[in-house]
Amino acid sequence: MNEEIKQPEKPPAANQRTRLNTFNPGPLYAWPMGIWFIIFFLAPLLIIIIYSFMKKGLYGGVEPVFSLNAYSQMLNPKYGILVIRTLKISLISTVITILLATPCGYAMARSKHQTLLLFLIIIPFWTNSLIRIFAWMSILNNDGIVNQLLRKAGFIKDHLQLLYTQGAVILVSVYMYLPYAILPIFTSIDRFDFSLLEAARDLGATKAQSMYKVLIPGIKSGLVTAIIFTFIPIFGAYTVPLLVGGKDSYMLGNIIVDQVNKTRNWPLAAAFSMVITVISTIGVMLVLISNKNEAALNKTSTKEDNYVSDKTSSGAAK
Amino acid sequence: MNTNSYFALKKSLKKSKPPTENATHARKSWKKRNPHLSFSKTILFLTILLLFIPLFVIIIYSFNSSKGSDFTGISLIWYKKLLFGSGDLWSALWNSLIIAFTSAVVSTILGTLASIGINWYRFRGRSFIQTISFLPMVLPEVIIGVSMLIFFSGIKMPLGLFTIFAAHTTFCLPFVLLMVSSRIDEFDFSIIEAAHDLGATESQTMRKIVIPAIMPGIMSGFMMSVTMSLEDFVITFFVSGPGSTTLPLYVYSMIRFGVSPVINALSFVMIIATCLIAFTLRKGLKSFAGNR
Repeated sequence: MNEEIKQPEKPPAANQRTRLNTFNPGPLYAWPMGIWFIIFFLAPLLIIIIYSFMKKGLYGGVEPVFSLNAYSQMLNPKYGILVIRTLKISLISTVITILLATPCGYAMARSKHQTLLLFLIIIPFWTNSLIRIFAWMSILNNDGIVNQLLRKAGFIKDHLQLLYTQGAVILVSVYMYLPYAILPIFTSIDRFDFSLLEAARDLGATKAQSMYKVLIPGIKSGLVTAIIFTFIPIFGAYTVPLLVGGKDSYMLGNIIVDQVNKTRNWPLAAAFSMVITVISTIGVMLVLISNKNEAALNKTSTKEDNYVSDKTSSGAAK
Repeated sequence: MNTNSYFALKKSLKKSKPPTENATHARKSWKKRNPHLSFSKTILFLTILLLFIPLFVIIIYSFNSSKGSDFTGISLIWYKKLLFGSGDLWSALWNSLIIAFTSAVVSTILGTLASIGINWYRFRGRSFIQTISFLPMVLPEVIIGVSMLIFFSGIKMPLGLFTIFAAHTTFCLPFVLLMVSSRIDEFDFSIIEAAHDLGATESQTMRKIVIPAIMPGIMSGFMMSVTMSLEDFVITFFVSGPGSTTLPLYVYSMIRFGVSPVINALSFVMIIATCLIAFTLRKGLKSFAGNR
């Protein structure tokens, strides 16, 4: 993803001038994919937008009449609670995930066994998500390992209700998205110049200060990427709250699916999808902007470096 | 009292004889080589433990001889049942493999071409293509699934293997684009100019120079697509129709309706498959992490 964002920052390819008069095959290469996305990605999204402004059909589907019904339905306080709950769960999970992922990324970047560690992070990440959720279900259920251990230790007599709670949703969400957060943080710490930290320590900063004031700003783009890749999927989660959540952890993703499959109120589902899409797009914009700023920063710093080295070399020549 | 004096003695010894500079350096470099257990390392260790505990639990249960959550003895009964007692599983696996392969082929071809076009040429609509190829990666799966379901029912396309294929190709494309782009980034464009100067046609340059050079990127993009397609549940859940059950859908129905320990056995097999894929891709792991 970083690659893609970096691209526009580069000066136009060197070939632009030399190949100006010759045939430019770029569009020929790129547009097949562009057309695929227009048909199978952009068109569906546009249909969602249109449907959210239409009237609900009698048996699913829509009637082609303009209406703001779906949006006024969304103002219903019971949906308001749902939105707030979804925000709460995804915020808490994101904060926990980032707090765990940052030290992990740091330790991985400083380790000599990077490939092995990456391997260890990626295996659970690539294992089928349903299987990972199922594993947690069998750990947390009333006869699961946690309850068995607690019972054997004599802490409880019957069982603790661990599964089908909000806590379970948060725990499993953190589990599912930890690798998503660790990977970009690891990459940006790996690229980070550690001599800056040493310099900070030499200049009298404490360890905590040097981390907070030098490392964290230095890996900002990795952190933002991690936050986005954790927050957005959890915000739109469907399977985790469905399988490990109870009534108090019904989230936006679940209501969209229910409106599509059960209640068959497609305009309302479309309106909710719009909410998630808008929030996600804002998030993505934040990533793009922060990455752009960083790229600009890098550019100026390399320019300065060149300037300095030019000066010193000319000085040496004199 | 005794210990106190011991410490005092030790302290005075230290004071009287400060370590030489060489000694400090040696200690520092030793520390660098064998750093003691730090805060971040502890967290990393615990996190990896957390990531693996559920997998190990499943693996242990898959060898359990009884059905409940008490471990009664080692047996392979669930593996036997998995192999011989689940006919639907094989058709689901077959569907999954067909879709994974076809969507990976199509997305690899489209993604590779687009990556070449976007990275090396400037043309109208380039940033538009870049933006829309970025979005499917970040939008929640539910949104992509719902929008595709509504789209397919809007154009009256029956849900089935084709709709799943189309959906999977759509969400695999951005990743292929990234994998190939990171490879193209390292490629020196002047080689292509040289080829043109020496009289190679566009297609000759492609076949003989560009494709071989970016082959590792293409391969890891392809493997990524296969893995992601085999893995996906949410989007498939929306765009699948009767008779097009894929492996994750089969697992889902097992979890929801009638949990049987057969699923543990299946999980172990799938975890091993994941390990094998990750192992074959081990060289590309770092670039994968970088691209995320």
